[in-house]
Amino acid sequence: MRIALFVTCLADTLYPSVARATVTVLERLGHEVVFPPGQTCCGQMHVNTGYQADALPVVRHHVEVFEPYDAVVAPSGSCVGSVRHQHARVARRAGDEALARRAEAGAARTYELSELLVDVLGVEDVGASFPHRVTYHPTCHSLRMLRVDDKPLRLLRNVRGLELVELPSAESCCGFGGTFALKNADTSTAMLADKMRHVVGTGAEICTAGDSSCLMHIGGGLSRLRSGVRTLHLAEILAATDDPGAEVAGQTVPVGVVR
Amino acid sequence: MTTFLGIPSVGAPVRSSPGVGHLQGSESFPTAARRALGDSQLRSNIGRATTTIRGKRARVVGEVPDWEELREAGRTLKASTMARLPELLGQLEEQVTAAGGTVHWARDAAEANAIVTRLVQATGADEVVKVKSMATQEIGLNEALEAAGISAWETDLAELIVQLGHDLPSHILVPAIHRNRSEIREIFRREMPGLGTELPPDLTDEPRELAMTARRHLRRTFLRAQVAISGANFAVAETGTLSVVESEGNGRMCLTLPRTLITVMGIEKVVPTWQDLEVFLQLLPRSSTGERMNPYTSMWTGVTPGDGPQEVHLVLLDNGRTAVLADEVGREALHCIRCSACLNVCPVYERTGGHAYGSVYPGPIGAVLSPQLTGMTGDAVNDSLPYASSLCGACYDVCPVKIDIPSILVELRAQHVEAAAASGRLPTPEAALMKAAAVSMTSPFRWRLAQRASRLGRLLARGRDGQRRIRSLPPPLSGWTGTRDLPEPPAETFRESWAREGRS
Ligand code: SF4
Repeated sequence: MRIALFVTCLADTLYPSVARATVTVLERLGHEVVFPPGQTCCGQMHVNTGYQADALPVVRHHVEVFEPYDAVVAPSGSCVGSVRHQHARVARRAGDEALARRAEAGAARTYELSELLVDVLGVEDVGASFPHRVTYHPTCHSLRMLRVDDKPLRLLRNVRGLELVELPSAESCCGFGGTFALKNADTSTAMLADKMRHVVGTGAEICTAGDSSCLMHIGGGLSRLRSGVRTLHLAEILAATDDPGAEVAGQTVPVGVVR
Repeated sequence: MTTFLGIPSVGAPVRSSPGVGHLQGSESFPTAARRALGDSQLRSNIGRATTTIRGKRARVVGEVPDWEELREAGRTLKASTMARLPELLGQLEEQVTAAGGTVHWARDAAEANAIVTRLVQATGADEVVKVKSMATQEIGLNEALEAAGISAWETDLAELIVQLGHDLPSHILVPAIHRNRSEIREIFRREMPGLGTELPPDLTDEPRELAMTARRHLRRTFLRAQVAISGANFAVAETGTLSVVESEGNGRMCLTLPRTLITVMGIEKVVPTWQDLEVFLQLLPRSSTGERMNPYTSMWTGVTPGDGPQEVHLVLLDNGRTAVLADEVGREALHCIRCSACLNVCPVYERTGGHAYGSVYPGPIGAVLSPQLTGMTGDAVNDSLPYASSLCGACYDVCPVKIDIPSILVELRAQHVEAAAASGRLPTPEAALMKAAAVSMTSPFRWRLAQRASRLGRLLARGRDGQRRIRSLPPPLSGWTGTRDLPEPPAETFRESWAREGRS
């Protein structure tokens, strides 16, 4: 299958290893991955901060860039959530019904990584190997906007050597919320503190999730506390193998983790 | 849609006047939240209470096989009711009047308070007993009565605790959720003797002992009072029947013993038919208290000669609701049946408690309802409420009438920004940044330049190789780095490495 990578602005700029890992997993499964070079951002930050007029051209740009592709994948529940639940709304609010229709058509072909793997490609074992103790945080938008349910967990359970430990109060928000983390930094931090307490309590080495944004938040807190627990995107774990020649999951995996 | 409600109105529908009642605090949410977050007693009381009630709700909701269908029924009923609100309110007025009651219309809090005060004064009473009611808290009725020399006694146990503690409610169902039992004992000890209730010297903080003490205190008041004031959970238009749903039976005392009963009800509480209650009386108790059935469901239709109150009044309160109804997205907030499930699951409410919202309606529903009732005026108080959410969506999932609170929050943020622009309060630095980001995000060329600029962050990163982090940034980004590190931007973006490899 030919799949267009919607890299997301965050993975492109700050976490290229996540994008690289997404490509690795899909290519290992025999699919062709293309990168539409015109892409930028889904515009969610604008929408969620109230700047809908500024979001409109960003949404239009996104719709146009991905229109030619039959399947689009993003390593983010939140950005896919925005494409699926916000783009058409933004267009309609601005009175652009034609764009809203195109946005809906595009949204129907856009998948979050675990959705694409499990629902579209029908794969639960991606041939990964990752001998570490891992806990999984279901991010709010993948959980409640996309309803990915246990798809990421099914993928993780099939990773060789991986010991999956359950995260208590997993479904409560980590406190990221985009500009919420800045506008309500104290409340956001209080939410993060509880999330970190639960993560550290599992004794896991690694906390994983399907969104780089939430992981940036949780990981930023864990790093500040020198907790010794790291964050890795689901794609990075699914890309890891024990084949020494295979491409490693990128620079956020310290040398020695993936042999 | 017409939003004329039978109240003579001039021009646009009125919002709630900020000076009257309790729909707006004095500080912005982030400021008030910061103080609340530092109160460890409050954090522990609220964390404990919300966790317990969340679990209870989840268990009893899980037992209902057609819960989703019930929610959908609730949503549809509310939406269709709102679409014909003027007609239904007219019908309600007719039916209540025909059954011997009197209907009054109040455009705002001040009018409602004046009507109730006049009605109480006409009876000659100098005190009233009150059934727990959000509408009367909203309009600040107790203070208005007090100013007219009338004492208003709250009879709901939690509401009584709040009143005796000279405090404000912090939850719509459990107004004293921020108090634990030893604090409650202290409040009783301090306040009740002065009101004529003797306390046993060895009063403990056992819930049963505290409840029995409150019971003794309230019994005397019930037997004395000539006037009761209530809110209403529902009003059935076809029969003129009003209904109050409560757990303690104290409401039932107020609704049956006094001679005069005055009910203050938001206009959105009307339902078309008796049968519609079937849906809501299933949704409400499971969502609010986590009970399968509500303990005390009182219903009354006008006056029944020789039985119960012989003088019955209904005050229909607008106080900004017509303005909310006029908003296509925001009007869904009027569907709320005040179950409080969204408060109990909200990760923000769980940490800050209710007072930080400044309004009698806290939590997710408060964040969308309060700023709509008062209007967003640019004063940074209620304007901050739509931002008091991480948009995690937990509220939407539990709402028994499926109010899409996250979408309303997003819409109100947009309205807030647009209002700021229209009144010349833009550009703020934030607006300028957003504009610049949008400009770069609509051109791959400009986007690459912006990404390259973000690489300047590499200069700020500290630490050993492979673990370099940004630990401090200037405002507004200091909000992030106060408690969280940022990774060092990589030397190469994904698209750069992809292009370097000559891939497409
Ligand atoms: S918004 Fe929904 S969940 Fe929240 S109090 Fe109202 S009815 Fe209950």
